[in-house]
Amino acid sequence: MHTETADRQAALFASEEAIGPNTVRIQFEDRTLCVREGTTVAAALLLNGAGPLRTTPVKSTPRAPYCMMGVCFECLVSVDGKPSRQACLTTVRDGMVIKRQHGASALDLSDEGDRHGL
Amino acid sequence: MQQSEIIVVGGGLVGAAIAYGAARAGAAVTLLDQGDIAHRASRGNFGLVWVQSKGAGFPRYARWSRDAVAYWPELAKELLDLTGVDVALENAGGFWIGFSDAEVQARGAMLAKISDAIGGVPYEMLDHRELKARLPAIGPKVAGGSFCPLDGHANPLKLLHALHAGLMARGSRIVSSVDIATVARRGDRREFEAISTDGRRWRAARIVLAAGLSNRELAPQVGLHAPVSPNRGQVLITERLKPFLPYPTNKARQTHEGTVQLGSSVEDVGLDDGTTVPAIESLARRAIATFPVLSSARLVRAWGALRVMTPDGAPIYQESSSHPGAFVATSHSGVSLAAAHAYALGPWMAGFAKEPEDFAEFAGERYLDPARSFSNAH
Repeated sequence: MHTETADRQAALFASEEAIGPNTVRIQFEDRTLCVREGTTVAAALLLNGAGPLRTTPVKSTPRAPYCMMGVCFECLVSVDGKPSRQACLTTVRDGMVIKRQHGASALDLSDEGDRHGL
Repeated sequence: MQQSEIIVVGGGLVGAAIAYGAARAGAAVTLLDQGDIAHRASRGNFGLVWVQSKGAGFPRYARWSRDAVAYWPELAKELLDLTGVDVALENAGGFWIGFSDAEVQARGAMLAKISDAIGGVPYEMLDHRELKARLPAIGPKVAGGSFCPLDGHANPLKLLHALHAGLMARGSRIVSSVDIATVARRGDRREFEAISTDGRRWRAARIVLAAGLSNRELAPQVGLHAPVSPNRGQVLITERLKPFLPYPTNKARQTHEGTVQLGSSVEDVGLDDGTTVPAIESLARRAIATFPVLSSARLVRAWGALRVMTPDGAPIYQESSSHPGAFVATSHSGVSLAAAHAYALGPWMAGFAKEPEDFAEFAGERYLDPARSFSNAH
């Protein structure tokens, strides 16, 4: 499991460019991160030493971004309350709220289909 | 040339279950599997272990289906003990979902008729409110449904793996990448030979044709009639989700691992096992109408597979009268019937047990009767 220490571990990755004036603020768990505009959620989190982003549904194994091109599905996170978003295919936006995803995503069981014309 | 007591042509769920039952009874078994060029119905199916609605108009098939699921827990436990593979059987019952009162009434009449014909198949008819109490996730468009406590589901890929592992554990020989084109009796001897397209030969006193769609061409070579044809079913797979569906339904089931499998289309498109946008859209719409919560679930896979369909949807099981020792077995219910295939067909076809009673009803010649017409409900 993730600890506060793991959250703040040194980043394995570094950006070649210093963060310039075009930055946005995103919320990751209890941290506010200042990241470069236009980058992906996965890149932004890796550069900030986020550590594992999710645990697997069956065996609760920790996982982190791997392929960075939308294939491996290891980087699933919750974005603005929506589960199972691929962090490597999601571009950061100012005010975005990102949370780790533990296990399988849950469906909203209060959904009675009203929104879908059912 | 390799010799054994019994050859099974076809390593899918039907062939592997019969071969496993034969090996379990003590036969020296050779299983010939076609390999990756095969249509592989056993790798694309839905995984229901299903009784309700099976055998309308064919009581022997209804009884066979009911008996088959009764054997299932024993098979699952035996395979787990022998191979360590858990086939994820859940058999606490299953639901059929209807979208109109007329559909639900017709369903009730059919289930009553089947139950009366074979002395009882338990089922309940449920209106929307009663169904909602049992399956809280159903949406407002669902009119009602039926429940059968004998139904369930299992993991079909693990079942296939477990049967193959069980065969190996019992000393059987499994040969892969064998495309059998010819089966014949050798002279007037009671010995059969299976010859592959690349010229390899296997011989045995008994031979079982469980080759799926290839049975159509193989069966006549030993005096049998198996007019099977392909029928495509497309299915969808969601991402893994926290449990929300405690029972399988006829069109949706949630696996142990959390994925939801949504089925299935019914299409007559020859040997094309691909997917189509209209079918995927239709399956997704129906799934959301059934369980609106699925509207926020993500789909991760879709595939098509070919059912091995007989004209009446019921199995063909038969020993050749002109070539005794040659058998045909074909069914599109390789999961539901797996335990009966293993425990009843295997010993019969290997010569350790008599033909099960009233099995003449499953003979392929029934399709040649000009006075009968057939519908497979698919």
